[in-house]
Amino acid sequence: MESTRIVQALRQALIEEMDRDENIVLLGEDIGVFNGSYRVTEGLLDKYGERRVKDTPISEIAIVGAAVGAAMTGLRPVAEIQFNDFMGCAMDQICNQAAKIRLMMGGQVSVPLVIRAPYGATGRAAQHSQSLEAWFAHVPGLKVVMPSTPYDAKGLLKTAIRDNNPVVFLEHKLLYGAASPGGKAKSVVDELDQTFRPAPEGEYTIELGKGDIKRQGGDVTIVAVGYMVHRAVQAAKVLAEEGIECEILDPRTIVPLDTELILNSLKKTGRLVVVTESVGRCGFAAEVAALASEEGLFELDAPVRRVCAENSPIPFAPCCEADALPDTGKIVKAVREICGK
Amino acid sequence: MGSVDKNTALELYRTMLMIRRFEEKLFFLFSTRAMPGSMHQYNGEEAVAAGVCSCLNKSDYITSTHRGHGHCIAKGADVRNIMAEMFAKSTGCCKGMGGSMHIADFGVGMLGANGIVGGGLPHAAGAAWSSQYRGTQQVAVAFFGDGASNEGSFHESLNLAAVWKLPAIFVCENNLYGFSTYYRRSTPIENIADRAAAYGIPGIVADGMDVLAVREAAREAVDRARRGEGPTLIECKTYRYMGHSRFEKPCYRTEEEVQEWKKRDPILCFPKVLKEQFSVTEEELRQVEAYVDEKIEDAVRFAQQSPDPEPEDYKKYIFAK
Repeated sequence: MESTRIVQALRQALIEEMDRDENIVLLGEDIGVFNGSYRVTEGLLDKYGERRVKDTPISEIAIVGAAVGAAMTGLRPVAEIQFNDFMGCAMDQICNQAAKIRLMMGGQVSVPLVIRAPYGATGRAAQHSQSLEAWFAHVPGLKVVMPSTPYDAKGLLKTAIRDNNPVVFLEHKLLYGAASPGGKAKSVVDELDQTFRPAPEGEYTIELGKGDIKRQGGDVTIVAVGYMVHRAVQAAKVLAEEGIECEILDPRTIVPLDTELILNSLKKTGRLVVVTESVGRCGFAAEVAALASEEGLFELDAPVRRVCAENSPIPFAPCCEADALPDTGKIVKAVREICGK
Repeated sequence: MGSVDKNTALELYRTMLMIRRFEEKLFFLFSTRAMPGSMHQYNGEEAVAAGVCSCLNKSDYITSTHRGHGHCIAKGADVRNIMAEMFAKSTGCCKGMGGSMHIADFGVGMLGANGIVGGGLPHAAGAAWSSQYRGTQQVAVAFFGDGASNEGSFHESLNLAAVWKLPAIFVCENNLYGFSTYYRRSTPIENIADRAAAYGIPGIVADGMDVLAVREAAREAVDRARRGEGPTLIECKTYRYMGHSRFEKPCYRTEEEVQEWKKRDPILCFPKVLKEQFSVTEEELRQVEAYVDEKIEDAVRFAQQSPDPEPEDYKKYIFAK
């Protein structure tokens, strides 16, 4: 059966990989008996048993650190951190240990480890709402993946699990499309168009570092990641009615980054807007803007625009949260501005 | 001493002496500026690494600390490659990419020294988990200092290891000072081993200046781990003769205190035991000493004659294929 939701696609990827390789083990808070706080690991404890699906104490250092130790000694752990915000607790293990071990030890060892975590704002205030891809992209030695569709989620997770390096795999809460334990989780899945491509059953993988054109267009390039891909798609529909055709690029992986895809599109459009749900300052959008100025300056007909979250912790009040986040309207506005409309 | 025979006892002596001579040589080489970087020396604590590692197989794992030369030697890494790593040479065990604080030799189960206090404890838990999962009977030892016992990673690692009954041994080298801070100013209890009670695991205090006492404690813990009965916390009371790092002159302790501890030096006191309990002769002691001196000189020659890495070599190691 095809997976029309990211939560199913991720679960399918885990099942296919665990069936393929006995050394793949899962660990994390509430992933077993409770089936995972976003249901990604639902049924896996029953299917694979406690030996391979490990509920852990609420100990993010131990989750990542033990996964590193296991990865160095023959296993291929997939760790779940319940919210990407909690990765702060494990930052030494992620950034000083997992990321650096291979180089520090002169290539003696690899650390085949995936750290999965949900990100994004869904009305849960400042410590459960962040998009932290830039934290990890800044640390050499980590790969950073942010899928936007079920199709990409499955193919990328399978590749991440087979990668011999630590991979931070960030999943947007609104895109899971899962029922939450307390009822229906907030989700945008039902309002998305065919861009939200289902994942077919069976084997396929997507190379890390290979971006995807989610919409063709000749007037402006929009680079967007994760959930923001779908906001950009909505914006492109509005703009198409005004005669502006947007090309939407989804890099899918922040590290490694498909720079060629971005520069080639710029040659065609000469205009660039970058959209992230994370704060703009020193973020991924700034990195793409730097790429455009260093390697694509003479293709540019207008200044690069970033559409990102405000440089603020995410506030609780729904009206304030909405103000702090990028949305369709803000993308439309930025595109109009650089198109002189 | 039960399981210790004459050969084992002589081996313990040789390991401790190798560590001591290695550190002394490093101190000399650093003082002549022959070596780059910084270092944290293990002089005084040799009985801990030697005693614990003498209970391990080559395939067992250890994780180490910023003060890791001794652990690396005791686990059986070649001193040539360790010395070359100190010199940042391409023949170093980490190809010159890690240096003193990151020495590792996966060929002998040495999973790495660590520049972050407490950084290696969860790796040992993870290696023990991996061994448990694969059913290989390997154990994993985490060496760490008194300072690390106040890090969150200590609590999380011991707790996880206890809950999952992992074949792990946590060896605290209590050398009384976390850098400059006397441990009783940072730690409200006399024995760090008492913290084992919080995890429902055995906590043992051992005389870290007595290699046979350390070995005895470690042997029990290793046996327990191999039997599938879970982790043990061992606290070895020991002392670091040198400053925290390189040429630091400790202003936080008295010279009298240092001299008091040196009276119980694990290496100087051991020949008497060797002779009385194991019938070791003067000649045999001299043979060990000559062997060690030659190994160290050979290691220095090897390191000095080895090539530097190429300037762009590091780029090969950022990501695995």
